[in-house]
Amino acid sequence: MTTHESLAARDGGTGGLFATVRKALFSSPLHAVISVASLYLAVTLIWNFLDFALLRAVWTGTSRDACLNENVGGEVGACWPFVQAKLGQFLYGSFPLEERWRVDTTYVLALLVIVPLLIPAAPYKAMNTFFLFVVLPMSAFFLLYGGALLPILQGSLAWLAMLAGGSLILYVVLTGALATSHGMKRGLAGAAALAAGAVLWLLPPLDWLPGLALPVVETKLWGGLMVTMVVAVTGIVGAMPIGIMLVLGRRSSMPLLRYCSVAVVEVVRGIPLITVLFFAIYVLPLFLQDSPDGMVRVLIGVSVFTGAYVSETLRGGLQSIPKGQYESAQALGLNPMLTMTFVIMPQVIRRVIPGLMNNFIGLFKDTTLVSIIGIFDLLGGLRSSFTDPNWATPVSVYTGFAFAGLIYFAFCYCMSRYSMYLEKRLNPER
Amino acid sequence: MNSATNASIAVRMQAVNKWYGDFHVLKDIDMVVGQGERVVICGPSGSGKSTAVRCINRLEAHDTGEILVNGIELTDELKNIDVIRRDVGMVFQHFNLFPHLTVLENCTLALRWVRHLSASEAAAKAMHYLERVRIAEQALKFPGQLSGGQQQRVAIARALCMSPKIMLFDEPTSALDPEMVKEVLDTMIQLAADGMTMVCVTHEMGFAREVADRMIFMAEGKVIETAPPEQFFNNPAQERTLKFLNQILN
Repeated sequence: MTTHESLAARDGGTGGLFATVRKALFSSPLHAVISVASLYLAVTLIWNFLDFALLRAVWTGTSRDACLNENVGGEVGACWPFVQAKLGQFLYGSFPLEERWRVDTTYVLALLVIVPLLIPAAPYKAMNTFFLFVVLPMSAFFLLYGGALLPILQGSLAWLAMLAGGSLILYVVLTGALATSHGMKRGLAGAAALAAGAVLWLLPPLDWLPGLALPVVETKLWGGLMVTMVVAVTGIVGAMPIGIMLVLGRRSSMPLLRYCSVAVVEVVRGIPLITVLFFAIYVLPLFLQDSPDGMVRVLIGVSVFTGAYVSETLRGGLQSIPKGQYESAQALGLNPMLTMTFVIMPQVIRRVIPGLMNNFIGLFKDTTLVSIIGIFDLLGGLRSSFTDPNWATPVSVYTGFAFAGLIYFAFCYCMSRYSMYLEKRLNPER
Repeated sequence: MNSATNASIAVRMQAVNKWYGDFHVLKDIDMVVGQGERVVICGPSGSGKSTAVRCINRLEAHDTGEILVNGIELTDELKNIDVIRRDVGMVFQHFNLFPHLTVLENCTLALRWVRHLSASEAAAKAMHYLERVRIAEQALKFPGQLSGGQQQRVAIARALCMSPKIMLFDEPTSALDPEMVKEVLDTMIQLAADGMTMVCVTHEMGFAREVADRMIFMAEGKVIETAPPEQFFNNPAQERTLKFLNQILN
């Protein structure tokens, strides 16, 4: 028998589409029943949705009259003029109209920095990462919040230097490399960065170029998709270092670090995100004299919360690395910090991409909980738009939620597809 | 112990004991490996041969006794361990290549970050050793794309890149298909011919007969017999050795 003939025999004689479908869906009575039921369900759901969103939808209009049953002459579908009218609120919240270019600029900047980082083949990754952790936060803060440029640069640079220095010291200690000369050098560099940041922070604000300033837009005016993006992106970018520190701390040989890491992870995972947010908004100012803006506190809370989950995801991956990897690195003379940075962590992250994406997709949708503490995100802006009497119709609510659902789905689906792309791309040996 | 004797000794183990909990895995091991000497350690499984070899570069820590590598004593002091590991290379049974790096990157990683060579210097040195083990054409492949024999040769090249004075082999061919055992053994024979000090744990008696200057037979954690290959294979002094040889050579 030729290959073709043997395959045809396996496939039951006839080839082609009909046979494939028959085999896949109707190969036995039970399968046939399940297939028919599923198809019916799928078709009904999809049809109802398309009917609502496209077929029976209203596309033009200036007020609620356009979307009422009597005026349309039948069961009215989605009220898209409502979404169009409220689009500004959905995307920008109460951000002043004339300042909205700043939000758009921030989006563009974020895309320019983040997209190359997501493409494994793109070069200059180190520079790119620098932009992500240093330039983007500073520019975004300046563009979105406003204020005088130099004092903002000074303040944010100070904080970033202190965070970077502190993180480097912590990383050296956590990988157990403090005793090595290599670790010592990195630790001292970290201490220098920490000290420089502190000095910059304590200096009086630089007031030389008063002209370079943007009008301040208080964070309580922020809203809509913009807030969702700020919280989600900051949460994701902040959660990775925090997660790595926590998982290394958990495996540290020093009991104090171990107990602290375990305590942080278990406590943070044991309470709901809402509680963490309440804690960040109301309790954190009691500990810090110069309490930062409400939005900053929320960002800290979200980063720590996601970081705890990320650390457990990483821990699962870490446990799957065979002991031989550590041994061959040791045999080559790599110290613990080099081993962790170049041998272990890259393998861990490649293994837990599905788990990490899970954490991040969950975070993206959890950002909506900030509405509980009075910050308007996409859903918050949505729900406040329902109160507008000019657009109150029975279908406004459904239209609004359908629109928000589509946006959330679009983002989460993109993240999911990217995750699969990354897995294939980074695991060529699998 | 005068310095002249010290200089010519690569590895000296004296009264080394090790316990895994209550299990006494190494019992009063005495072993000497001279510079440029090729020593093959054989024995039944569970005899402690791998453990003894792994103590040489501190992958395992011995409990009592003394181990000197190139004259430096192996203790808990990190500095000594670092110096010793610079001069000792190791090849493992399961290769232990870094799967997320290419073959070339596997070899240059330690060169760049431990020896502080530049990228081009490291690449040149790595290519030199990859050519020496005859696998240079696979330099940009990932370990997962190579056969077992090729991976083990890359592992040998990777260890050689650090210019060690002593090479340790922990059953390097035990995880390989028979067709690939030969290519790895040929590489090791070539290495021996170039004068490398080698301590090799293996079951490959043909290789041992050809390459070894001295055979060490271990069983149940003890060194039973030490002898040059001709004497070891043809006229072993100990009963236990004879029993082992009969089993393995049949």
